[in-house]
Amino acid sequence: MNTILAAVAFLIVAPVIGGLISGVDRIITARMQGRVGPPVLQPFLDIAKLFEKEKVGVWQAPVVLIFLHLAFMVVTGLIFFGGGDLLLAIFALTLSEVFLILAAYSTRSPYAHVGAGRELIQLMAVEPVIIITAVGFYMVTGSFAASDIFSFAGLPILLLPGVFLSMVCILTFKLRKSPFDLSSSHHAHQELVKGVMTEFSGSTLGMVEIAHLYELVILLGLMYLFFAGNLLLGLVAVVIVYLLEILADNSTSRVRWLPALRAAWVITLVLGGGNIIILSML
Amino acid sequence: MIDTNLLSVMYMELLLFLILFPLIPAIMLYYLWSENIRGIVVTIGAGLTALGSILLLAITTGQNQSFFTVPVSGIAILMLILEILIAGYLVIVSLKAKQYLVIGFVLLQLILIGAAEWTGLQGHAETPDLIIDQFSAIMAVIIGVIGGLICIYALGYMREYQKHHPDLFDQRPRFFAVLFLFLSAMFGLVFSNNLIWMYFFWEVTTLCSFLLIRYPETSEAISNAFRALLYNLIGGACFPLAILFIILTGGPENLGLGSLIAAGPAVALIPACLIAIAGCAKSAQLPFSSWLVGAMVAPTPVSALLHSSTMVKAGVYVIARFAPVFEGQILGMLIALIGGVTFLVASCIAVSQSNAKKVLAYSTIANLGLIVACAGVGTPEALWAAIFLIIFHAISKSLLFLSVGTVEHRIGSRDIEDMTGLAGPMPRVGLMMLIGIAGMFLAPFGMLISKWASIHAFSQAVPPFGMILIIILAYGSAVTVFFWAKWMGKLLEVRKWEESIEFAISKAEWVALIILTALTIIACFGIAPISTYLLEPLLVSMYGPISPLISQSNMMIMVLMLALIVVLPMMLMKIFVPKRNLKRYMGGVTVENGLMEGSLGMKREVSLGNLYFEDLFPEAGLSRYGSAFTIVLIAMVALVILVWGAI
Repeated sequence: MNTILAAVAFLIVAPVIGGLISGVDRIITARMQGRVGPPVLQPFLDIAKLFEKEKVGVWQAPVVLIFLHLAFMVVTGLIFFGGGDLLLAIFALTLSEVFLILAAYSTRSPYAHVGAGRELIQLMAVEPVIIITAVGFYMVTGSFAASDIFSFAGLPILLLPGVFLSMVCILTFKLRKSPFDLSSSHHAHQELVKGVMTEFSGSTLGMVEIAHLYELVILLGLMYLFFAGNLLLGLVAVVIVYLLEILADNSTSRVRWLPALRAAWVITLVLGGGNIIILSML
Repeated sequence: MIDTNLLSVMYMELLLFLILFPLIPAIMLYYLWSENIRGIVVTIGAGLTALGSILLLAITTGQNQSFFTVPVSGIAILMLILEILIAGYLVIVSLKAKQYLVIGFVLLQLILIGAAEWTGLQGHAETPDLIIDQFSAIMAVIIGVIGGLICIYALGYMREYQKHHPDLFDQRPRFFAVLFLFLSAMFGLVFSNNLIWMYFFWEVTTLCSFLLIRYPETSEAISNAFRALLYNLIGGACFPLAILFIILTGGPENLGLGSLIAAGPAVALIPACLIAIAGCAKSAQLPFSSWLVGAMVAPTPVSALLHSSTMVKAGVYVIARFAPVFEGQILGMLIALIGGVTFLVASCIAVSQSNAKKVLAYSTIANLGLIVACAGVGTPEALWAAIFLIIFHAISKSLLFLSVGTVEHRIGSRDIEDMTGLAGPMPRVGLMMLIGIAGMFLAPFGMLISKWASIHAFSQAVPPFGMILIIILAYGSAVTVFFWAKWMGKLLEVRKWEESIEFAISKAEWVALIILTALTIIACFGIAPISTYLLEPLLVSMYGPISPLISQSNMMIMVLMLALIVVLPMMLMKIFVPKRNLKRYMGGVTVENGLMEGSLGMKREVSLGNLYFEDLFPEAGLSRYGSAFTIVLIAMVALVILVWGAI
């Protein structure tokens, strides 16, 4: 019963939380850049406006694929917050991402095409860390079920510091922050126009934005798992991590994708991989 | 209750039927030049074989492992004579082609197996010849149904092939005969309990693949066929060594698969490792893998057959058979690492390939690597994952090969870059290809379920090997997502709905493609029943009571996701129709879709290329390092065996 409640709560509450976070994110980013920034509720207003636009597109496949992207992002969240298997949630997340990439490819726009390639690189950089993270949690808690990990009494981070650090590193890509030429970011004036999203407009783009809000909450939920035993500490840690991501975003705006990929893989291998190998030997 | 005696007679007759029946169409086809009659013989032959294998699976469900002795004397002598004849044939063709190394290995194997049979026959050991359980029956269905479909597909494909290669002498009678001989040998292999029998069928599959690869008779085809032969013979030499070892140490009563595995690691580990090395060569693991890539010169049905239901599956089948022996052993872990390294290296190489068949080849090698890794780990959960990998890989990979073959004949290229927007002119084949690719790596489809189970299994394997395998799997699957997704994207880059070019595809090709597409989806829906009624009884009979594998609730979630994927797109295509279709944004002036006007008034076609990262994932360099690494691993296996043998 509890898990079903949690799942329903996720369905409704997640976009609200995600929207508020990204509203605050925009203000903080603006302050870092010496601007005032939009109101906190701006993300919601943006999305609401998108759904009022005329429904236009290149052909219907991209819309369909974007809907699937959103649908499976929600499924990911339901599995994760419903206490399901962590690996299953990760695979659903990958599936959702692949739908976004296919949608971009299917527009056959040069900018979206290059953006889709970049998004795939991002996926390739991130995938190993996420799998290693899931296995790390298994080794600490003895279960792949998110519910067991959420209710774990200790602090998983104490045994998984390396995995945690590599997760923090790749979160920068996952949140579409630095490196700024990786797929699509909020920065203006990049050479890809808007990357994967170039050809999406109106409600299609709106669905992408909503999916992103869900994704934000799922990723922060995953970060929270490292502190599962202590609610307060977990929330504080997640806030600090998110602030660090904003800082990283604004201070590394010229990092290109190739060094980013290499760095992500090396960090994952050394810190994440090293962490679980040592842990298994203990 | 069915009379058990009657059942056992029926059982054995069905096994013998599956081994011997394909020889009838094989012999008929060898002498048939009429295309129409050939079509009938192939269809009926393949159909009966497939039905037989399905019947076998149905009977086997709920039964225990059983063994049979064929009550005919002189089979062993007959096999030895046939082996000598095969060796003689290989020596003659190798002499003609000046392949002296091949001759060396042919003779070495003959001496080894001759010695083994000589000593073995003296002991007059009573080893049951045949084994049947759920694993053999699943393999039989893969061979019968998928192999049969490929034979039917080949009817249409080879007609086109001969049209495309007018200068090539029409050898189709022999071609189809060899296809059926191959099926027969594969049945023999998966039903053999007696290792001497298994070795005989093992050699026949090597011979068949040699004959099929050299079909185009170009110098490249012939040299690649000899490479395939050589690598399989090098690896295959370990097989009679294992038999000899068993006879010399444990006594000939352990020559049966069942009794050998039951004897436990103390007796079975060394022969199991030797056979596993032979299996690695057959299933194209590093350092042997280049033979399978070279085999791409053969017509597409041959590639499909080699990659999905026969040959390479024989290799992983024997390794997986010995999984209980490898469980928790360092030697098993070394074998698993060979598979793991192969998985990672082959996946990386696949990124840099734009030739569709080469991508498929490297992905086969990679997936076989994962199966070997699972088998080497050897826990019940790992074996569960390995068998599911075998099933789903066979279905999806045959579908992919056959659809690439069909596309190649229509667009005249097998390059992925030339398939840009293929979903436009070839909507149905394009969709099938998309389903096949999705089956290889996406979430609710089969391969991913197996990958999931392997992560579960590796997490509990001997530290630190289990974790090393996890890291390998994590990186390998990241790369896998990359190369499959960019291929899918290519297919979807539709410019406009062009005239369909699917009209000239033969009925035989459609039948095979449609059934395989349906199987890809049905098999995923059937994962829970397959697990409950086939794999769990099998694992219980091999390991005793087992802890629950992937839970029912998780499987339900997978099935729901699959239903979403199958149903949603069809509904949504009708709901989400854009009010207006707009031109694409090109940064300049878009003249029409796909054409843009540059700054000097020049009209340019937009061409979109995918990323291949040849510098990041170079084929030559990666295979060199991968081979070096795996050779070290094999040397370690050999060293451990020698030291252990000496003690």
